Amino acid sequence: MSEYTSLTPEDLAEMLATIGVASIDELLGAIPDDVRLQVPLNIPAGRPEQEVVAHLRQLAERNTSADDEITFLGGGMYDHYSPALIESIILRSEFLTPYTPYQPEISQGGLQAMFEYQTAISELTGLPISNASLYEGPSAVASAAYMSKLANDRPEFVVSRGLHPHARQTLATVAHGWGGRVVEVDLVNGVTDLTQLADLVGPNTCAVIVQQPNFLGAVEDLSAIAEIAHAAGAVPICSADPLTLGVLEAPGNQGIEICVGEGQTLGNRLDFGGPSFGFLAASAEHMRRMPGRIAGQTADVDGRRGFVLTLQTREQHIRREKATSNICTAQALNALAGVIYLAWLGRQGLPELGELLLQRTAYARTQLAALDGVELLHDQPVVREFAVRLDAPADRVIAACQDRGVNPGLALGHEYPEYENGLLVAITEQRSRSDIDTLVRVLGEVVAEIIGSRTAAGVAG
Amino acid sequence: MSTRTDFAQTAQQREAAVTIFERGAPGRRASMLPEIDVPLQAAEALLPARFRRQEIPRLPEVSEPEIVRHYVRLSKRNFDLDSGFYPLGSCTMKHNPKMHERVAAMPGHSRLHPFQRPERAQGALELMWGLQEALSEVAGLPHVSLQPSAGSHGELAGVLLTRAYHEARGDAREIILTPDTAHGTNPATVTMAGYRVVGVGTNPDGGVDLDDLRSKATDRVACLMLTNPNTLGIFDPNITEIAKIVHDVGATLYYDGANLNAIMGISRPGDMGFDIVHFNLHKSFTQPHGGGGPGSGPIAVSDRIAPYLPVPLVTRTDTADGPVFDLTDDAPQSIGRLRGFQGNYGVFVRAYAYICSLGGEGLRRASEIAVLNANYLRARMREKGIGEYLSSPYEGSCMHEFVLSGGPMKRDLGIRTLDLAKRMLDFGVHPPTVYFPQLVEECLLIEPTETETRETLDAFVEIVAEILAEAATSPEIAQNAPYTTPVRRLDEATAARTPVLRQSFDRE
Ligand SMILES: Cc1ncc(COP(=O)(O)O)c(C=O)c1O
Repeated sequence: MSEYTSLTPEDLAEMLATIGVASIDELLGAIPDDVRLQVPLNIPAGRPEQEVVAHLRQLAERNTSADDEITFLGGGMYDHYSPALIESIILRSEFLTPYTPYQPEISQGGLQAMFEYQTAISELTGLPISNASLYEGPSAVASAAYMSKLANDRPEFVVSRGLHPHARQTLATVAHGWGGRVVEVDLVNGVTDLTQLADLVGPNTCAVIVQQPNFLGAVEDLSAIAEIAHAAGAVPICSADPLTLGVLEAPGNQGIEICVGEGQTLGNRLDFGGPSFGFLAASAEHMRRMPGRIAGQTADVDGRRGFVLTLQTREQHIRREKATSNICTAQALNALAGVIYLAWLGRQGLPELGELLLQRTAYARTQLAALDGVELLHDQPVVREFAVRLDAPADRVIAACQDRGVNPGLALGHEYPEYENGLLVAITEQRSRSDIDTLVRVLGEVVAEIIGSRTAAGVAG
Repeated sequence: MSTRTDFAQTAQQREAAVTIFERGAPGRRASMLPEIDVPLQAAEALLPARFRRQEIPRLPEVSEPEIVRHYVRLSKRNFDLDSGFYPLGSCTMKHNPKMHERVAAMPGHSRLHPFQRPERAQGALELMWGLQEALSEVAGLPHVSLQPSAGSHGELAGVLLTRAYHEARGDAREIILTPDTAHGTNPATVTMAGYRVVGVGTNPDGGVDLDDLRSKATDRVACLMLTNPNTLGIFDPNITEIAKIVHDVGATLYYDGANLNAIMGISRPGDMGFDIVHFNLHKSFTQPHGGGGPGSGPIAVSDRIAPYLPVPLVTRTDTADGPVFDLTDDAPQSIGRLRGFQGNYGVFVRAYAYICSLGGEGLRRASEIAVLNANYLRARMREKGIGEYLSSPYEGSCMHEFVLSGGPMKRDLGIRTLDLAKRMLDFGVHPPTVYFPQLVEECLLIEPTETETRETLDAFVEIVAEILAEAATSPEIAQNAPYTTPVRRLDEATAARTPVLRQSFDRE
């Protein structure tokens, strides 16, 4: 219908005359006939805006969103509250519609926001150098791994099974390209097996990669892990949940050299998995191996404070095949949402939110563990997520709970065969005590019904 | 150096930059959190002291009104596409329809958890399927993965697919060819994926130098990465021959889709012989650029590459009750995953809405008008007063963008392309891409896009003519520009030499 264009027949005639051709087709003369599409694209005809909106609404209505059920689903993305001011700011044309700040004089808003973002990420992680964003959490893990490869050129990545399965899979995919291998370390009672880790780490180890809190929600002993890595000259890398870093010690203070993570929890939507952003912060020695854009402070010719993209000799547009990364377009708008969120939450709010999560999660964990047919999968400290084992098929339990308006969490067995019928439960500040009580009631009923029907039928589950 | 002083400071220039960390006061805050409504447990029991944060991160302490005013103020220090012409070559700064924000914000899309079970995410999976079908049709290649997060991520996917393809044939190769006009992400990707870059030259017409290509196309070559039209805005008429040379040595042909806006519905990479294509949904398919993302870089591939596509894949099964969609990891030869979850779904929603709005015919019209606008602007830039200073290195018509060389301008007027670009800032337009591609001296790469009016293009021509006329008498004006922007030329050398990459809290 509309191509968002403005060409009138008069425009067309005059423009063709100015160019000196008779038709647009003449302009396409370089395209040989045999590679010209001779038929129209097989894509349905365009429709007016209101019909497209209606169609997109129909599709939306066939999804069960976090508004449609009481959800305890996590596993990397969480239903945290995003304050209204974020949307009002990031939808401003001035942030929404420019591109990468190649012309710093007219991009000070975006560049300063990057500088503020880098400061916030540096504060959270306890590491001095942050870039301005990467795509999302799992690919940020792969980027950190590539940085370590540039640092010591060793082939092997020793990775905890507590690292998000998507991050482990992404790392394996990408490392295969440069000849890197991934070796996994098991979990014992929910956390990385330090004995096995120490056995596996050696002179071939490029980096040791763990997650904080790990995929099962458990808090890892980063200091011990970093020590094992350092002893072998490997780079200790941690993927951390930024929202827990008001109560958990900064990875940078525990010997971690590169801290990455998923930024969705910082004011970004769930969006069925993206766009969010990945963050990456590192110790000073890694500065010139960093991937992606980095904003730096400087001054203009009149001495005014200003900001520019800096350390660009790392980057693809300058160094081409010698660049430290190929990333170009990243996730600037999502990172902006992240820094606005952190300003909104504030210095007091971040630890307060952490305490709230600790307490509500502990309550939910205690209540669920008291149910028949539910037991804790591990008893490690957790912040906002924990794992239980059900005495019933997890997928069936989840489906039945969803039919009653509650999404109890993520079935672990698909990614972790060793935790068959495991359930990962996430608590955010959006889930009140009464929501948690509803979860406990519904999950209790469903598990009891399944166990009951099994007993009645006299078959073993 | 002489600095013109007869430009009065603007209000924005007088106001020094203040960061969010320098605002506020101890104890101030914006957020109010829900109460702890559960029985309190001892803090130490929940989280032992050795794991506890010792020093609270020094985040801002500011009120909501302060935050809003701070970022609104920052926003005014940005130039953006909704405010003016943004002919940044290779970036396709076309209008971002406002409707897309409305549909992307619908809770069924924006509040859908990525681990929602597929039975309860049928609308999202149907949308992804529909987008895949449309992209497949535009590319002329049968299989699509939406997963990559941006163009360069699509390139990485493509090169890893190439590796998987060759490895499955037991013929690991080590070289990937990239033309000297290639975008920096192409060679950077090659290295990251463990291959060695060998460059291919450009012929006098701006296309691939076929003799150079023939001499470098050996059985050690895994792939040739190409964009067509290329970064000079030129459609390579030898594309069929290029494809043949590459395929004859058993290599794959990769299409960098950054320039797809020139050919949608007109010519298809698959029909040209490409095996793998990436799309930049933030270029041809209107995802707002966001100040540097988010983007999305789906890939389309031929049958022989399909077994290696990244997982998860969207599947469709037709049943009596209609189609049922699902996600599967069941692809034994897949290269694996490239990121978390299913991709940048929010970007898919906007791209899909765009395709629904335009339809196949509209996409073709969009590309045609993009080509028309570029050629019109190019013709006008050859007029007297401009053409003598900004030369056209290549004859013939261009596609959706074109290059000019500021070489004559530098010699005759003493101002560089950089100066011209900086002076444009005072006229309220975004400069074109400058100094890329590198093989054109003092290069400007200009891409007006189809969504600009003729009046805007004419006004841009006037601006360029005025700057050049001004430079003929007073080159120092351009040499010291800009004057009216929130800050003037910035010292990038010092920024790189002594990096200040975060706020320091020495004041505390
Ligand atoms: C020709 C070309 N190739 C590749 C890219 C990389 O795309 P992205 O920035 O989406 O990673 C760009 C974008 O800037 C480009 O112009």
